[in-house]
Amino acid sequence: MLDQLLSSLTDGLLLGFVYGLAAMGLSLIWGVMTVINLAHGPVIALGMFGTYLLFIKGGWNPYAALLAVAGVGLLFGFLIYVVAVHRVLNAPHLSTLLATFAVNMILIGVGTAVFSTSPHNIDFPLGSLEVGPIAVPGTRLVAALGAILFTAALYVFLYFTRAGKAIRAVANNRKAAELMGIHSSRVLALSFGIGTMLAAVAGGLISTFFPFTILSGGPYELKSFVICVLGGLGNPLGALLGGLLLGGLEGLIPTFMPVSWVPVVEFGLFVLVLLVKPSGLLGAK
Amino acid sequence: MKAVRQPGFWIPLVIVLVWGGIVLIGRQDTAREAAFTMLMSVALASSLNILLGYTGYVSFGHIVFFGLGGYTGFYFLSQHNWSLYTAALAGGALSAVLAGLLGMAVLRLRGAYFALATIGINEAARAFVSNFEPFGGATGLFVNFSAYDRYGGAGPALWTTFTVLWIVTLAVLVVSYLVKHSRFGLGLMAIREDEDAAMVMGVKSPQAKTLTFMISAFIPGMVGTLYFFKNGNVEPGDAFQLHMSIESLVMVMLGGQGTVLGPMLGAVTYQGLRGFLLTSPIFKSLHLAVSGLFLLLIVLFVPAGVVGWVRGRFPRLRRILE
Repeated sequence: MLDQLLSSLTDGLLLGFVYGLAAMGLSLIWGVMTVINLAHGPVIALGMFGTYLLFIKGGWNPYAALLAVAGVGLLFGFLIYVVAVHRVLNAPHLSTLLATFAVNMILIGVGTAVFSTSPHNIDFPLGSLEVGPIAVPGTRLVAALGAILFTAALYVFLYFTRAGKAIRAVANNRKAAELMGIHSSRVLALSFGIGTMLAAVAGGLISTFFPFTILSGGPYELKSFVICVLGGLGNPLGALLGGLLLGGLEGLIPTFMPVSWVPVVEFGLFVLVLLVKPSGLLGAK
Repeated sequence: MKAVRQPGFWIPLVIVLVWGGIVLIGRQDTAREAAFTMLMSVALASSLNILLGYTGYVSFGHIVFFGLGGYTGFYFLSQHNWSLYTAALAGGALSAVLAGLLGMAVLRLRGAYFALATIGINEAARAFVSNFEPFGGATGLFVNFSAYDRYGGAGPALWTTFTVLWIVTLAVLVVSYLVKHSRFGLGLMAIREDEDAAMVMGVKSPQAKTLTFMISAFIPGMVGTLYFFKNGNVEPGDAFQLHMSIESLVMVMLGGQGTVLGPMLGAVTYQGLRGFLLTSPIFKSLHLAVSGLFLLLIVLFVPAGVVGWVRGRFPRLRRILE
């Protein structure tokens, strides 16, 4: 019993790092421009397929492919921002929700036409690490490490570089930042790019251990919402903790009740946190 | 009643009245199915508009009431042998009560937080119903074939369902107009423009929002019962599709939020376009992408929707196009 609990908790926590990484992208975009990016899910799925294509067709190592996916993701984020988001940024919430949802539809539509909705997977086992009774698949361990690495890089970027400081300034007060000579449009585009990049990388990491279809991004998008609210919307680093919390819950719950109750608890908790403390358990600024 | 003399009140009503009438007289099964899908969208979009268009609260949870109300109605229909009419009313009533309870809690949130909470409610409801044994869990419920007997067999039962839906749709349009032109509706629109200012001016915002949420939820509850009765079964995957909520939002946006005619026009246009894309050989595999592109163009360039745009462009038509 205890062994089973420990191993499923470990599994959940490792997965939690990756969930956190995906949610961080959503949280960053919300924090900087108060936009809920409904195109988050398909971008995660595209990250999966990008890694897959480079692995299968190009013969790349999936982890090297991730770096390429990150770069493309950044550019793709710029593109989405310029085409769909910039024009409606100051319109009511419904406009940005629908604009990003339109992007979602376009991506899913084109993705379905190109990849169909049949499942794909990346077969690149890394063995497993055994610590006492717990066996951890190598791919998950590396994915968690990758997520930590990207989080650390984001932290360094946001707090120690000029562009990162500009992002934080715009998130804090866009008008004041503009008065200080920051080109807010560029900063917003950059933030959207980074947010998209994080989603794509998270997708790439997930694709190394779970099979996926073009529709697979949806559940992770929903999980990202939950995580963002747990960690505080607009607090990218809180998202990692939120991710761990969610991953931990997913690991723990099945030992007490049927697996199918997991989403009930997750989304119930989500609504509850929104009601009681909308700024998130960990509190946004 | 002043409304009776206004052309804006009659235009949408007459369109639906004539349209349903033609289908009922024609007695074509294919025409009925097409009209059923469209009228359902009209009812869903118009009821969503009562919340979204008048108070400005963006709800992704509209389909929760479709699902839960549909489940409730279907449960009474199939397990307790209620008639379609009482079951549909029960579905609507449960949705409204639930909306009242949820609304008291969730409507305190504003803007995007409210939108996010409604997404959560949808997923929580779907997951809960999948595990709820009286509703058949993950496999859902089926209607016993003998339930059709009281309508004279399965075929006539479908026609009865269509007629009820037709009447419900007409009712939604009437309610939508009456709310818009009442003192209550004026309060809602004040909330939409600036909630704090509205409260200072004496609008009882929490009560008004909750009541609106209930009105807006009653309709999908009824429509859900009708839809699942027509299908003969109900399952969690069909009942709580986040996608359908968003499609309803698109319809409202397309036609013009906060208008009576707009959601109806948007629903018909959207379903028409979707049907065309799905059957056209060129766009068949890309239909979702084309609809997405279309939506993006509307959001970016015609944010007021078709009716809103016309009203802005031709002030004289404002009296006619509500």
